[in-house]
Amino acid sequence: MREITYGQAINEAYDEELKRDPAVFIIGEDIGKHWGAAFGEMQGLFDKYGPERIRETPISETAILGGAIGAAVTGMRPVAFMFFADFLGVAMDEILNQLTPMRYMFGGKAKLPVTITCYSGAGVSNAAQHSKSVEGLLMSIPGLKIASPSTPYDAKGLLKSAIRDDNPVIYFTHKLILLSGLKGEVPEEEYTIPLGKADVKREGSDVTVVAISNMVHRALAAADRLQKEKGISLEVIDPRTVVPLDKQTIYDSVKKTGRLVIMDEEPKTGSASAEIAALVAEEAFDLLDAPIKRVCAPNTPVPFSQVLEKFWIPDGEDLIKAINEIM
Amino acid sequence: MAIEKEKLIDMYRLMVRIRTFEERVVKEFAAGNIPGAAHLYAGEEAVATGACANLRPDDYITSTHRGHGHLIAKGGKTDRMMAELYGKKTGYNKGKGGSMHIADMEIGILGANAIVGANIPIAGGAALSARMRGTDQVAICFIGDGATNTGRFHEGVNLAACWDLPVVYVVENNMYAESTSIASACKLVNLSDRASAYGIPGKTVEGNDVLAVYEAVGEAVARARKGQGPTLIECKTYRHRGHFEGDPQTYKTKGEIDSWLKKDPIPRFREQLIEMGVLTEEDADKINQEMNQEIEKAVKFAEESPLPAPEEALENVYA
Repeated sequence: MREITYGQAINEAYDEELKRDPAVFIIGEDIGKHWGAAFGEMQGLFDKYGPERIRETPISETAILGGAIGAAVTGMRPVAFMFFADFLGVAMDEILNQLTPMRYMFGGKAKLPVTITCYSGAGVSNAAQHSKSVEGLLMSIPGLKIASPSTPYDAKGLLKSAIRDDNPVIYFTHKLILLSGLKGEVPEEEYTIPLGKADVKREGSDVTVVAISNMVHRALAAADRLQKEKGISLEVIDPRTVVPLDKQTIYDSVKKTGRLVIMDEEPKTGSASAEIAALVAEEAFDLLDAPIKRVCAPNTPVPFSQVLEKFWIPDGEDLIKAINEIM
Repeated sequence: MAIEKEKLIDMYRLMVRIRTFEERVVKEFAAGNIPGAAHLYAGEEAVATGACANLRPDDYITSTHRGHGHLIAKGGKTDRMMAELYGKKTGYNKGKGGSMHIADMEIGILGANAIVGANIPIAGGAALSARMRGTDQVAICFIGDGATNTGRFHEGVNLAACWDLPVVYVVENNMYAESTSIASACKLVNLSDRASAYGIPGKTVEGNDVLAVYEAVGEAVARARKGQGPTLIECKTYRHRGHFEGDPQTYKTKGEIDSWLKKDPIPRFREQLIEMGVLTEEDADKINQEMNQEIEKAVKFAEESPLPAPEEALENVYA
């Protein structure tokens, strides 16, 4: 099968959905002919679809997302490109008070097929305002779906599903995966991946590791090492969407391994890992042979200096340490 | 300006419908029949009426926490509105939204909105959608004076101006954002002056003169429909009640209240129509009676409607 990058996969998903449905358009900053979005994943779309559908805006996050909401409730299917995940804070009212409760508070009458795309994650010394991962911050907001693809295959299939979904979906593009040039197998023929279906990235028998977004790659590298060095077998599960969360795949794995570690690039408190741990403790406690461990970032903002940032981001060493504590 | 007699009478009826609805809400709220909060529109009827008289059923409005008048003027049914205020299953939002969130997509009511200024970008998005779908629909964005001080006013109006979107901002300057006077919150005398910052036309009109509002918004709607972009219309008006029912209104003076009550838009329009020979005293009284009967029926509908089943709280989160 052909291999393409994460960025190319995202580009193809946008392209195919723009072609498929005239109601789809993208609205956001710097998405036009010059940059094709800050990391270039939209390059070529402007030339193909023009300024009406690749709608470049001033720096106006509330107008971008509020505009997407108004367009969605009147029959369009917008993608609001919000740049860095950190900038969601600028338009937090649109997320918290407009987009997500609107259908509910209108008694089910409004349809809000809005996809929000943005760059998440640390690793390129962008400091505290351009590096956050915020899955956990957002997953307590009812009405939202949250996708965090880790591979080119997932990136394409999930983005297509997000755009087609009739609900608000936040889709995180991890900037380190994007910038790494990571390639993966992506079929030529069309496919989608349902939101709410986890993927077992590596089968194993001793410990279940639920890893989110770029943490998947760190967990897979650690799994190789542990297998080689200690003969410990990790099963690495990528939930792909933390909302809806495919609990069953996680429980099935824990049933097999009896051990669970969750790896999440967010400050630990209130992160997605906290919800996953709570669910397993609440609903599947009897399957556990050891305490649940969480490998997360410390409860600090994301630091700038490379040495500080490297220390901050959870890595394979942190994961192996946690596993050693429960083996 | 020649307006058909029937249209003038419709406008009068609409203003009376809004006022009668609001007066009844005062009563039922005080009696404890309406939960939550009520932000009443009484005194500002000429704005919603004059503005919406320029719209088609397929045009859009985005409204505010003080939205009852906008909704009625855009064609909202008073019985389903009252039922929503009562928290009943038959309400516009099945009892899930209440006074501050009433919406009816089928007649272009994209929702009352309880976050001041949030409806500004949403109106722009609806206008953008209309253009992208190749229709000539327009959106009226109703906002208060307070919303013109929010960041979203800047972002939303600027973007709509850049893209020449078919949206009309109708600013109801009722002099107070909650308890804070606009004089202490903005250096401008006329809020329509803000339009020049975005390169769009702005106009201030007497908001208690329904025909002045109708004419100014009519020009703006016509511009928008022709693809000539947004307009900002400031309507100077006054809310007769507090920010919310129960507000002691210590920020208002008696002299101010009295002077504005003399400018009440409804008696004023009634006299005007009688002078013009459009209505007789008897005709006008009859309209008042009809509206009393309609609102009486609306209350009865609300009272007799079932409450939602408690478990309905779990529905409608996702499509």
